[in-house]
Amino acid sequence: MDDALAVDRFQFAFTVTFHYLFPQLTMGLALLLVVLKTLALKTNDESYNHAARFWARIFGITFAIGVVTGIPMEFQFGTNWAKFSHFAGGVIGQTLAMEGMFAFFLESAFLGLFLYGEKLLGRVGHWVAAFMVFLGSWLSGYFIIATDAWMQHPVGYTVAADGTVHLESFWKLLLNPWAGWQYAHNMSGSVITASFVMMAVGAFYLLGRKHAGQGRIYVRVGVIAACVFSILQLFPTGDQQGKMVALHQPVTLAAMEALFETRDGAPMVIIGQPNMAELKLDNPIMVPKALSFLTYQRWDARVHGLNEFPRDLWPDNIPLLYFSYHIMVGLGTLFIAITVVAAVLLWRGKLFESRWMLWVLMLSFPFPYIANTAGWMTAEIGRQPWLVYGLMRTEEGISPTVSAGNAIFTLLGFMGMYMLLGMLFLFLIWRQIQQGPAVIEEPRKAGAVA
Amino acid sequence: METLWFILVALMLAAYVILDGFDLGAGAIHLFVARSNLERRAILRAVGPVWDGNEVWLLAAGGTLYFAFPLLYASSFSGFYLPLIMVLWLLMMRGIGIEFRNHVEGALWAQFYDVMFSVSSLLLAVFFGAALGNVIRGVPLNAEGYFFEPLWTNFRVDRNPGILDWYTVLTGVVALVVLAAHGACYIALKTEGELSVRARGLARRLWWGVAGLTVVSLIATLAVRPAMLDNYRNYAAGAVFPLAVFASLALMAYYLSRERDKAAFVSSSVYIGCMLAGAAFGLYPYVLPATTEPAYSLTVHNTKAAAHGLSVGIVWWILGMVLALGYFTFLYRLFRGKVKVSAEGHGY
Ligand code: HDD
Ligand code: HEM
Ligand code: HEM
Repeated sequence: MDDALAVDRFQFAFTVTFHYLFPQLTMGLALLLVVLKTLALKTNDESYNHAARFWARIFGITFAIGVVTGIPMEFQFGTNWAKFSHFAGGVIGQTLAMEGMFAFFLESAFLGLFLYGEKLLGRVGHWVAAFMVFLGSWLSGYFIIATDAWMQHPVGYTVAADGTVHLESFWKLLLNPWAGWQYAHNMSGSVITASFVMMAVGAFYLLGRKHAGQGRIYVRVGVIAACVFSILQLFPTGDQQGKMVALHQPVTLAAMEALFETRDGAPMVIIGQPNMAELKLDNPIMVPKALSFLTYQRWDARVHGLNEFPRDLWPDNIPLLYFSYHIMVGLGTLFIAITVVAAVLLWRGKLFESRWMLWVLMLSFPFPYIANTAGWMTAEIGRQPWLVYGLMRTEEGISPTVSAGNAIFTLLGFMGMYMLLGMLFLFLIWRQIQQGPAVIEEPRKAGAVA
Repeated sequence: METLWFILVALMLAAYVILDGFDLGAGAIHLFVARSNLERRAILRAVGPVWDGNEVWLLAAGGTLYFAFPLLYASSFSGFYLPLIMVLWLLMMRGIGIEFRNHVEGALWAQFYDVMFSVSSLLLAVFFGAALGNVIRGVPLNAEGYFFEPLWTNFRVDRNPGILDWYTVLTGVVALVVLAAHGACYIALKTEGELSVRARGLARRLWWGVAGLTVVSLIATLAVRPAMLDNYRNYAAGAVFPLAVFASLALMAYYLSRERDKAAFVSSSVYIGCMLAGAAFGLYPYVLPATTEPAYSLTVHNTKAAAHGLSVGIVWWILGMVLALGYFTFLYRLFRGKVKVSAEGHGY
């Protein structure tokens, strides 16, 4: 890696992928916390408040890491992508600045209230604080997705004489059709992560015969949420995202499916390895005509293959793109299978006795993380070679004065720092899970130490 | 229009320095004023509910800078590459230091996080001061408006300076002392008993440093950048800033001696605000002067975004600001009063 472009790209990819491991849990948990607080208000059952307090502590730890890894993201637009920032700042600066003004202020102010103020606020007040935290984090998700959506499918701009883009329509930017489906799909993915984590902790308690009452709540809430959102993830949101890609980025779709030749009635690939030397798919297993049907609702529709596009418009890492996409879709199908079975067992009242199912639920929590990461890799690698689709190529966007050596220095710094952060995070979460929900006033005894 | 945005961004940055300044300052003196574990916990509880919200002012100011002056954002962030990334690392360490200290019981664990919180706060204060010094002194811009500064060269103020030279080191020290005094006032205000007394004593001693350094830095600034006086010559009204600086400084000393902590904290906030306003007033319309060719300097005019975006921005900016002020008023009112230095986990 001796050219700055490669280092800059790797640094951005590494830091944003790491960052998103945390918000995907907090955004989903924010919704589930509102659910728990609502149940507590409606049923007057104190155990829902215990559950909310336990998950609020997990939320607090995750949020702190989300915040500290999020700040570098915002800075990197300027530090590593200066030409891009100069070019596009007049447009996407709007959504980024609005994220700070409308989402982060809201979220950080009410999180303080939510975590520290339960006694001060009272029952309804505390519910409101939980709701505001949810609103803040979901708004923050929207603004950042709207930013990304503009890079995928730029709208509402004009190109000025000096070559930079100017905002032409604020509402077009904010209501970008790409952003709507991307947001729905992404937020649903985040709820999937949170509900799988919640189910896993619940199953862990039930299998270990500790905190069984709380464990049942986590499994019940988790399974219902996971089942609903896994289905929403495929239909309508994933399906619509795919149609959006087919409409606006046909070359990306062809690369995601490794469809090298244009075909009428194109098949959908289940397994197979793209062979970039011979431009074909090795060892394919396919469902005939399925791709045409899913994209255009006609079994014989024509799907454009990579051969129709000049090679300098192909995404530059087709195998990685293809695998990311197939991992996401494969895992999505698996989630539906798991959660539907679990939901049926729950409905029949047999879930808490089915130890095999609890084992499955306990062990499956890493997969939504993988699916979400793979999904983003699909979107971002699929956008290549463009930084802003059709307007600016990735190599044109980097900072002109930052050398590869300096970028490698900071990249290594981030890697070391994030490794420690990751270990710290796992350690603290593990401790919370060990301590369990019954211990309410955790920092009490610390005073005795001094 | 761009002048209005210059003022708004400057206001947001000033809000950031005043608000995050007190928790940075509190962090910097944390190890000196708080003697026992309980006292250290009390300081953390005094900043715990508010530090993240304070830090958001930096993000919001950064975002606003990004959309209102894209070229300035691009040029300065890539030019100050190394120090900015280090600021990021420090911000991360500080956040971790505050949030995770009390998650595990144990003296070693707590000591580790106390030192992390304190050292990162201290260094951040110095970095922010040095950053302001760099903006006032100017940077080696090229014809496209970009530059790259090494961390240091020969510590002289000339055509190709580094991030650190004698002037920016001085502004870094000024920032540290000013914020330490500001943080001491906050601790005095928010805590009780011996801790509060000790913090007030420290604030009184630091005051002498603040007063002395204010004078020294004014002289140094005029030596490094005589053009700072131009706006003051042309618009005499600008004289309110230096006058207010000295008035608030005097009030701060008075209130500290009378043990009126709230008034002392407010004076210190006004002092910081007026120092920054005075610098912004002197710089305008420059936002990043060039040490190479005066014509390469970045100004509000050659870095601004297009008119339509700027006018749309005003609408949501006002809306967002009203909302944010609302939350903050509510938050600070709810957590008003002193935190107790006791074993109780949740001190409010
Ligand atoms: C739990 C996570 C998860 C799961 C199970 C799925 N997805 Fe997904 N997908 C995401 C998480 C995700 C994501 C991380 O949220 C992405 C990345 C960008 C975005 O907005 O959402 C995404 C993007 C994304 C894209 C856009 C790619 C691009 O922009 O180039 C498409 C077409 C799909 N998904 C389709 C699907 C289909 C058909 C699924 C079948 C079940 C599916 N996803 C499951
Ligand atoms: C959280 C989820 C995200 C993940 C996991 C992710 C992942 C990636 C990856 C893997 C790359 C490298 C692509 C390549 O070099 O081939 C990349 C690049 C990039 N992404 Fe994202 N991304 C995410 C969200 C975003 C968002 C929300 C934005 C915009 C606001 C964004 C802007 C960029 C930019 C500017 C680059 C660098 C230029 C480029 O290589 O295209 N990303 N991201
Ligand atoms: C280039 C991309 C990104 C940038 C510039 C960015 C920026 C930031 C910043 C500055 C923070 C800290 C805010 C604070 O202090 O409260 C943050 C946290 C957060 N980010 Fe990101 N982010 C990016 C990607 C994403 C993505 C893709 C999502 C989700 C869709 C996301 C969702 C969040 C959320 C919900 C938080 C709150 C903290 C948390 O819940 O852990 N971010 N982000």
